[in-house]
Amino acid sequence: MKLSVSNLNSHYGPAHILFDIGLEVGEGEVVALLGRNGAGKSTTFRSIVGLVALRDGQIMFEGKDISTAPTHEIVRAGLGYVPEERRIFTDLTVEENLEVGRQKPRPGAPQWTREKLYKLFPNLGEMKNRPGGRMSGGEQQMLTIARTLMGNPSLVLLDEPSEGLSPKIVEQMVDAILTMKKEGVSLVVSEQNLHFAKLISDRAYIIERGRICFAGTMAELDARPDIRDAHLSI
Amino acid sequence: MAFYFVQFLTGLASAASLFLVASGLSIIFGVTRIVNFAHGAFYMLGAYVAFSLTERLSGPLGFWGGIVVAALAVAVIGVLVEIVLLRRIYHAPELFQLLGTFGLTLMVEDLVVLIWGPDDLVGRRAPGFKGAVDFFGQNIPSYDLFLIAMGPIVLGVLWLLFQRTRWGILVRAATQDRDMVAALGVNQKWLFTSVFAVGVFLAALGGALQIPRDAVHHAMDLRIIVEVFVVVVIGGLGSILGAFVAAVLVSELNAFGILIFPTISLILVFLVMAVVLVVRPWGLFGRKEAPARRTPGLTVIPWRPLSSVERLASLVALAFAAMLPFIAGNYALTVGAEIAIFVIFAASLHFLMAVGGLASFGHAAYFGLGAYGVAFLAKLAGLPMIACLLLGPLLGAAGAAVFGAFAVQLSGVYFAMLTLAFAQIVWSIAFQWVAVTGGDNGILGLWPEKWAASPSHFYWLALGVSAVVVSVLRLVTFSPFGYALRGMRDSPLRSESIGINGKRIQWTAFIIAGTTAGIGGALFAYLKGSVFPDNMGISLSVDALVMVLLGGVETVPGAIFGAIVYKALNIWLVSQTDWSKLVLGIFIVLIVVVFPKGIVGVVESVMHRRRAVAPKAAALAAKMEGAQ
Repeated sequence: MKLSVSNLNSHYGPAHILFDIGLEVGEGEVVALLGRNGAGKSTTFRSIVGLVALRDGQIMFEGKDISTAPTHEIVRAGLGYVPEERRIFTDLTVEENLEVGRQKPRPGAPQWTREKLYKLFPNLGEMKNRPGGRMSGGEQQMLTIARTLMGNPSLVLLDEPSEGLSPKIVEQMVDAILTMKKEGVSLVVSEQNLHFAKLISDRAYIIERGRICFAGTMAELDARPDIRDAHLSI
Repeated sequence: MAFYFVQFLTGLASAASLFLVASGLSIIFGVTRIVNFAHGAFYMLGAYVAFSLTERLSGPLGFWGGIVVAALAVAVIGVLVEIVLLRRIYHAPELFQLLGTFGLTLMVEDLVVLIWGPDDLVGRRAPGFKGAVDFFGQNIPSYDLFLIAMGPIVLGVLWLLFQRTRWGILVRAATQDRDMVAALGVNQKWLFTSVFAVGVFLAALGGALQIPRDAVHHAMDLRIIVEVFVVVVIGGLGSILGAFVAAVLVSELNAFGILIFPTISLILVFLVMAVVLVVRPWGLFGRKEAPARRTPGLTVIPWRPLSSVERLASLVALAFAAMLPFIAGNYALTVGAEIAIFVIFAASLHFLMAVGGLASFGHAAYFGLGAYGVAFLAKLAGLPMIACLLLGPLLGAAGAAVFGAFAVQLSGVYFAMLTLAFAQIVWSIAFQWVAVTGGDNGILGLWPEKWAASPSHFYWLALGVSAVVVSVLRLVTFSPFGYALRGMRDSPLRSESIGINGKRIQWTAFIIAGTTAGIGGALFAYLKGSVFPDNMGISLSVDALVMVLLGGVETVPGAIFGAIVYKALNIWLVSQTDWSKLVLGIFIVLIVVVFPKGIVGVVESVMHRRRAVAPKAAALAAKMEGAQ
């Protein structure tokens, strides 16, 4: 198992947000974490990478227990994280943003270089010296993903990559995610957009009110329109 | 003409050191969000260590090597400070780090006297730069020319460091979003430590380079830190280029102010700073800060009015305090009266800072204005004491009304700096307007009338006023006005969207705080029998901050305990030891590390945890403590 999370509970101050979350990601798998706004998708990711201070439960990554490790160690172990709000360094250029994400190559994980990433996201290659603050939303989304890949992760948590993007850019995102998968990166992608998730994922979890309420393959989810209607439709 | 040109060059030469220190402060603030009060102390240490090294090492290599080694050695001290002290308090309430670094400053001030003695030390002249260059009959020390070149060189090196190295890119990224940098695998701890080391190195280098120019003495830290704050604020926090331009501006203002406006030379710089902040609140090269990612309310135990038992307990405590004249002598009563006065002063700042969320660095201005108000009324108008006590604080109110109107337009560190500038302006007026204020000689002979003259009577007067003031401030805190004020503190946007006129509320709070500080000052004038410019000086403003933070800024009664503990300890230490600053500094640093929520804050969270009956809630509370 690449990543296995069990009994994850998280709190923001006195508020209990996640309840006994469990999920697993296999080697090279793309797993979707589906759920509505506020269901707990982002908190799950933030908890896994250690950005939520009050968390307990067991998080195993490549056989190592990372449930109490500090964020930078988790990331350096090869677990990349792309936040939902993108959080580009707006004062830094595209090249500099990528530099912040750069880590040493990691044996057993696919290796990324600037050139390779400019091939994956050609738009970025055309604006190497542009400050992050002067890029469109779609370009920023590409940059956050590229920035995380510079760390040569073997697994990436990708938080709502299609949110607020034009259909054309969403198509590019699908291609990029499939390329990452082909290179051997395992992915957990949080989504509200079931259509998008279907294009990229092998399996899916559905989260609602901080609890996992469905786990199965995409085909199994397709066979259960009742679940889809109960937990995903608006 | 040549004379003015030489004066201009002298200004440029002074700008070099100022720029070095200011850029260090700015870099540290940008990444760690710590306003490093000890930056002046590191500057001073740099000068002292460089003095010793250059005395012992001979030859040009010894001199220049000594300067660089001194700066490196102080940077190592800075690293130790960061690891041992600051790492523990990054997550403490805002400005708490200021208290910690202030404690350090106190320690260093006494330590340098212990090590190097109290006398001014005159350092070696720089080899190769001993002479002067003749310029149309005017002499320019060649060392000044060297310093003039140093400024742009350091600016260039820093620019390269930040633009061209991975470290610089990481620092710039962390300045914007620290958590995201960690989420990309960067170890923040060491990034912070290295940033602190570079900042301290620059400060120490600035100090070391001053030794051929100025005597080294043990008060040089406070003088530079105030100027550096001004530079950083004018230039824009976090901007190195801004620090350079502002350092030149400030140094030239100092150089020419003396020539052109000798009567207002001291306030010129602060006037410019106030104008800059009003016109461009984020400094010349600064940028508006993104709202801090802070969720207030998580760390704070909700405030509530006193229960009837607690009210009774307060009354009993007050009654006990009122019995002091029956058991203590005159000296203790005078000390008691002074403490009561400082309770008023601290409570007024606490009201502005904790309830209003507006941390003023120049609160002594209103304390001092109240004192001068009394002095004017008693000496010039000859009014009786009661009238003076009632009307004197109005001068504090008037000052707060004028300055507050500008200050509340800003928030956070910029608010703090603007209030500091205003306080310096008021101080400078008191200092330089000799005809009215007596300047440095102050106004003497302000003795209480007969009914309040005996130490016990004056003590009761001070205690009574202080009890009334504290109660009124508490009532206001729990009034609808207080709720609106706290709303503005926690979420300005939401408060304004429900129809609260936020700036007006904050302005009113500023005036309330200024008036109550003035009441304290009015009593203080009678206690001491005199007023001096120092009654509104920076060190008094800092004292008030320390009292509030020490007591616990997130608690309601914190200021009272902070004032009592700090003032009593201060007075006692001064009478017991020659090294009171050292002991007090150690005490403050320990408090900061052990009780990061202040004295009352710690007591409250212990009691709060006891009250939480369910073991699960207690476990969670304990975990929250740990997580912070």
